[in-house]
Amino acid sequence: MRMFLTILFAAPLLAQTPAGNAQNGRKLFEKYGCYQCHGREAQGGLGTGPRLGPKPIAFSAVQRYVRQPTGQMPPYTAKVVSDQDLADIYAFLQSVKQPPAVKEIPLLNK
Amino acid sequence: MANPPVTNAKKSPVGRRNFLKGTVGGAAALAVSQSAPAQEQPAQQEQAARSATAPVITQEHDPATNVEVLTADRPGSDFMVDVLKALGFEYLFANPGSSFRGLHESIVNYGGNKSPEFITCCHEESSVAMAHGYSKIEGKPALAFAHGTVGLQHASMAVYNAYVDRAPVFMIIGNTVDAATRRPGVEWAHSVQDAAVLVRDFTKWDDMPVSLQHFAESAVRAYKIATTPPSMPVLLVADGDLQETPMRPGERPHIPKITLAGPPQGDSGAVAEAARLLVAAENPVIVADRCARTPAGLKLLVELAETLEAPVVNQYGRMNFPSAHRLNQTERSRALIANADVILGLEVWDFWGTVNNFRDQLHRTSRPIVKPGAKLIAISSTDLNTRSNYQDFQRFTDLDVSMAADAEATLPALIEACQRLLTGDRKAAFESRSKKLAAAQQEAHDRMLVDASYAWDASPISTARMAMEIWAQVKDKDWSLVSNNAWAQRLWSFDKHYQYIGGSGGAGVGYGAPAALGAAVANKKYGRLSVNIQNDGDLMYAPGVLWTSAHHSIPLLTVMHNNRAYHQEVMHLQRMANRHQRGITTAEIGTTIKNPNIDYAAMARSMGVHGEGPITDPNDLAPALKRALDAVSRGEPALVDVVTQPR
Repeated sequence: MRMFLTILFAAPLLAQTPAGNAQNGRKLFEKYGCYQCHGREAQGGLGTGPRLGPKPIAFSAVQRYVRQPTGQMPPYTAKVVSDQDLADIYAFLQSVKQPPAVKEIPLLNK
Repeated sequence: MANPPVTNAKKSPVGRRNFLKGTVGGAAALAVSQSAPAQEQPAQQEQAARSATAPVITQEHDPATNVEVLTADRPGSDFMVDVLKALGFEYLFANPGSSFRGLHESIVNYGGNKSPEFITCCHEESSVAMAHGYSKIEGKPALAFAHGTVGLQHASMAVYNAYVDRAPVFMIIGNTVDAATRRPGVEWAHSVQDAAVLVRDFTKWDDMPVSLQHFAESAVRAYKIATTPPSMPVLLVADGDLQETPMRPGERPHIPKITLAGPPQGDSGAVAEAARLLVAAENPVIVADRCARTPAGLKLLVELAETLEAPVVNQYGRMNFPSAHRLNQTERSRALIANADVILGLEVWDFWGTVNNFRDQLHRTSRPIVKPGAKLIAISSTDLNTRSNYQDFQRFTDLDVSMAADAEATLPALIEACQRLLTGDRKAAFESRSKKLAAAQQEAHDRMLVDASYAWDASPISTARMAMEIWAQVKDKDWSLVSNNAWAQRLWSFDKHYQYIGGSGGAGVGYGAPAALGAAVANKKYGRLSVNIQNDGDLMYAPGVLWTSAHHSIPLLTVMHNNRAYHQEVMHLQRMANRHQRGITTAEIGTTIKNPNIDYAAMARSMGVHGEGPITDPNDLAPALKRALDAVSRGEPALVDVVTQPR
C-alpha cells in the first residue's frame, strides 16, 4: 500500500480533473467497497489501505492506479466502474473535510 | 502402595471395581432383576442391557451383611485431584460432561473447589481459549476439561490456536475405554478408542493412563512437556473407570517430584557468531514476535537493544518491548528492514514474510525487500518441534545463523557476547545511530497522531477515536489489554509484560472473547483492570462467555469493535469479484452481520453483564465508558457496544 501512495504522489499533478458529483461519489465509495480498505471517510485503514482524502492526488494518477494497481489493491476495471463513477468518487474525496489539527484534539495530546 | 497393573484387574470377569470392593453374585443379581418392584424397571432394563454386552452380571456386596455396596469413600478421582493440586493449577475451565463426572465431583467436594476452582463455561472451545488466555498472563497452564468425543471436537479449534501460539494448555478429557462397562446409549456415542488422535497433530504430547500411578506420572510429565519451550497444549485421557473405581484401603500412589526443565539455550558458537554480526552491523534490526515469554524477556530485550543501540520491530506475538522506548521503531518496520545489513529474528513466526513482499493478485508474486547480502539470524524454539500436517511453520527462509533454541533463554548469553565485542569505535557509531533513531521515532509518532486525527468525529466511530477514548479512561489505572487492537497497540503506552497478551496463534475466530476472559481471570487476583476490545464476529462464535464472566464476577471491560461484519472476509470477497470483473457490489453477501443489527448491550444485560450502547456518536463514548468502568470497579463485567468504522 505504501507503494500505492508513492506512485500516486509521483504522478503528474496537472492532469485534468473531470466534473463529478460528490454526493453520488460517497454512495459509490460505499457501494463499490472502497470503504472496506480506506474507511468510510477515506481516512485510511491500518494495514489495509492508505488515506485518500481530503486533498486527493491527481485524478489521472487515481484513475491509472485503480485500473491497473501495482500493489495489493484489487483492480477496478472500466467494465465494473465507469470513468464517470470514478469522477464522482474523486469529487467525494475532494469534499472530505480536513480534521482538526492534532494539537486541537485533547485526547491526542495526553 | 502402588496400584497393581490394570491388566491384572481386567483379567477378572468382574472388572477392577468389583474385584476391589465386593463379591461376585451373578445369580443374586439375576434374582433381584426378576423380583424388583415396578418402579425399578428402568434400572432393571439398564442392567439387562448391560447383561447383553457383559455376560457376567456383577454386583458388589459387603461380605459381612450381603448388602449391595453402593457407596465409596476414596474414588480414584480423589487421587487425581491430589495430583492436580500438586501441580498448582488455580483454575479449571469446563462445561460439565458425564465422562468426567467423577473427576468433576472430586474437584468440587474432595478438593473444595479451590486450586483448581471450577469456572463454568458454555462451550468447550471457550474453555480451552480461556485457559489459553490465562496462560498468557500467568505464564503457566490452566486446566480445561472436556468430553473425550463431543467435547474435544468442540474444543479442537481452540487447541489449534494454542498450539500455533506456542501456549501451554493442560487438557483432561473423559472417556470410557472398557466397552463392557459403558452405559447403553449415549455413553457409547461419547466413547472412543483413541480419544487424543483428534488433536494429536497439534498437541505436544498426550497419554491415556490405565492406573492411578500412571496418571500421576503422566500428569507431571505432561506439565513438564507443556511448559518447556516451545510451549504447547498437552492432553491426558481420564478413563471413567479409573475415575470412579474406589482406591484400595491404604493405597497411596506416588506423585513424582515436579522439576520443570530449563528452556533450551542457543549453541555458544552460534551465539558468538550472531554477536559478531550484530556488533559489526551498521544498520541492524531486531524483530521480536513471540519472544518475551515472561517479564524477564521484556527486560532482556531492552538490554540487548540498548547494548547495540539497535531498533526493535515488535510483531506483537507477545509483550516484547516498551512502546515508548526510543528504540521501539515498529512504525518504521518496513523501511528499517529494507535498509538493514543484519536482521535478528527472535521467535519470529513468519521470517520469510518479514523479509519478502507478497502480492495477492491473480498471479501471486513475491520479491525480497531486504538488501542483497543482508545477514539473517533466527533464534526460534519452533524449530525444535515442527510437525508435518498442519502448515503453520511458514515458508522456508534463507538464514545465515539459525539457533533452534528459546530466544528469551538465549538473550543473556547473546547480550554478554555483544558486550564483550564492544570497542570505542563501535560505541561511537552506536551513539550516532541512536540519535538518528530517536529523531526518526519522533517523526513516526507525529505522523501516527495525524493519521489518528482523520475521521475523528465520524459516525460510525473511527477505531483510532475509540482506542483513545478508552485510553483516556484507563491510562491512570493498573490496566491490562487482554485483546488485540491495532490502534491501541500504536497509541497506548505499554511498558509492563501483563499489559498485552499477543494474538490467537491460529487466527481461528472465536478466540478473542474467551481468551480475554481467561486473561481477566488471571488478572483478578492482582486487582488489574482487564480491557478487551472485542470484535463482533468473534463474540458471536460463543457469546456464552458473557454469562461466565457474570457468573464468576470477573471484572472485565469489554468494548465492542462492532463493524457489523466479518470484515476480513468482506475484503477477500471484494478481491475475488474485482478479479472476475463482476458483482463488485455484492461483497457484503455472506460476510456481514446486520439486518438485523445485533444489540450487544442488550445481549450482555440478558446474561448479567452491565451493558452500554450501541454508541454511534463519538461524544457519547466517554460517559458510557465511565459508567461501565464504575461497574468493573465493583468487580463486575461490563460491555460497551461501539459501532465502528471497518478498521
